[in-house]
Amino acid sequence: MITAEQKPIQEIIQYIAPYSKILLVGCNECVTVCAAGGRKEVGLLASALHLNHLKQGKNIDIREITLERQCDPEYVEELAPYIDGVDAVVSMACGCGVQTIAARFKKTPVFPAVNTRFMGASLSQGVWSERCKGCGDCVLGITGGICPVARCSKHLFNGPCGGTSNGQCEVSPDIDCAWRLIWERLKELGMESRYEELMEAKDWRPGGAGGPGTIIREDLA
Amino acid sequence: MKTDSRLEKVLASGELAVTSECGPPRGCRPEKVTEKAALLKDHVDGINVTDNQTAMVRMSSCTAGILIKQMGLDPIIQMVSRDRNRLAMQSEILGAYSFGINTMLCLSGDHAKFGDHPMAQGVFDIDSVQMIKMVQQMRDKSLFQGGAKIDGPPKMFIGAAANPFADPFELRVMRLAKKVKAGVDFIQTQCIFNLDKFEEWMKGVVDRGLDEQVHILAGITPMKSVGMARYMKNKVPGMDIPDDVIKRLEGVPKEQQPEEGIKMAVEAIERLKQVKGVHGFHIMAIEWEEKVPQIVEKAGLYPRPKV
Repeated sequence: MITAEQKPIQEIIQYIAPYSKILLVGCNECVTVCAAGGRKEVGLLASALHLNHLKQGKNIDIREITLERQCDPEYVEELAPYIDGVDAVVSMACGCGVQTIAARFKKTPVFPAVNTRFMGASLSQGVWSERCKGCGDCVLGITGGICPVARCSKHLFNGPCGGTSNGQCEVSPDIDCAWRLIWERLKELGMESRYEELMEAKDWRPGGAGGPGTIIREDLA
Repeated sequence: MKTDSRLEKVLASGELAVTSECGPPRGCRPEKVTEKAALLKDHVDGINVTDNQTAMVRMSSCTAGILIKQMGLDPIIQMVSRDRNRLAMQSEILGAYSFGINTMLCLSGDHAKFGDHPMAQGVFDIDSVQMIKMVQQMRDKSLFQGGAKIDGPPKMFIGAAANPFADPFELRVMRLAKKVKAGVDFIQTQCIFNLDKFEEWMKGVVDRGLDEQVHILAGITPMKSVGMARYMKNKVPGMDIPDDVIKRLEGVPKEQQPEEGIKMAVEAIERLKQVKGVHGFHIMAIEWEEKVPQIVEKAGLYPRPKV
């Protein structure tokens, strides 16, 4: 899923300072799972903003709504009845959601309330870790199911650099060396010989180097 | 001969090769390069020029290499995949070779986190193994990495690094094998302080016959002080400093530690000369270039062969 973290409250306050009627929009998908921008976080942020304005003796009207999926125009359309009654939208979805709202409602400013971080997986309650860079040409089939693009700090394709220490990355002892993990996994699978196959220089076009990506499925479009 | 590289000629002659290195300055002072290179000139077969080492901005390795080349010496330019994509690498190689630079080293590079621009985006378009293959294809097939023909190919003698001390140890010979498969000509190793472990790695190298396919230059760094040894043990990624090394330096008064460090470096060279597959030494005297001639002489590696 796409992970996100709430922005510092002061940054959000600055965005909305000129406005008094706010539509605060959450999303029921990824940001709900990573507890950054679901219904619960919408409620908490609304309370925090109310409190801040109260302290400053200002009035603010916040309408809270959480859409099923903010990156989908069908659901974003649900905001249409409210949009004319507000000065600005604050979105708690990932960058995809923010932009879907901005594309639909041209005259109303929309501000992000979260920082979108990465495509990751849940490791344990409250812990998420990056697992995919969306490179567009998945190599997991030859790297034992561990991604060198997302999990090696230098996204090396042909083995660990010289900086590995006690099996951890030179960038931080908290980061596992991806190539140590790949090697251990290949050994477990009895596929050690795969390590010595040269991985060719990557074509980065599908992952963004070719310009912003678009997928068109003729059978569905 | 694949190239006009002096290092290639020395290695082909069967003599033990000697290289050293010179870190370019953090500013526009060409004399800092030429002064350092002048200290090394009669005692080495090639001078590595580091490429933004430890991710600190410095004069570019290619440019500093040109300054050294213009002194009539033999630079070995280092190139890290951290700072350049494949277009920038190849254009730099064309430029370097146009100035007569014919020897280079392909590296991944320290992560930007270690340097003075930790906020920078690392490039890592290709890795060091892919870089070796790219440079070899430029030399032997006159082709750019993208497949187009080169009009006047660069004939580079291709080096890479190996760290026998990083984890996982069992992968380290295989990693070298990959670099050999990609077309590397010579290897300069990480600084060797744990000689037993290095010899164990070399045994793995020889057992696979890799010593017949690549020249290995053993990395030697003289310790200036016990403080430097402790720092390298604790702070430098991928470094293996046995406690014996620290104890030995601790055992002599501070003012005698530099001399002891040099003695240890010379002893290491003497021991490693006996190791099958070691074809030379890469002496990295960090900000201590003036001691390199002394080490080379004491280790019986002077004079350098005329090739």
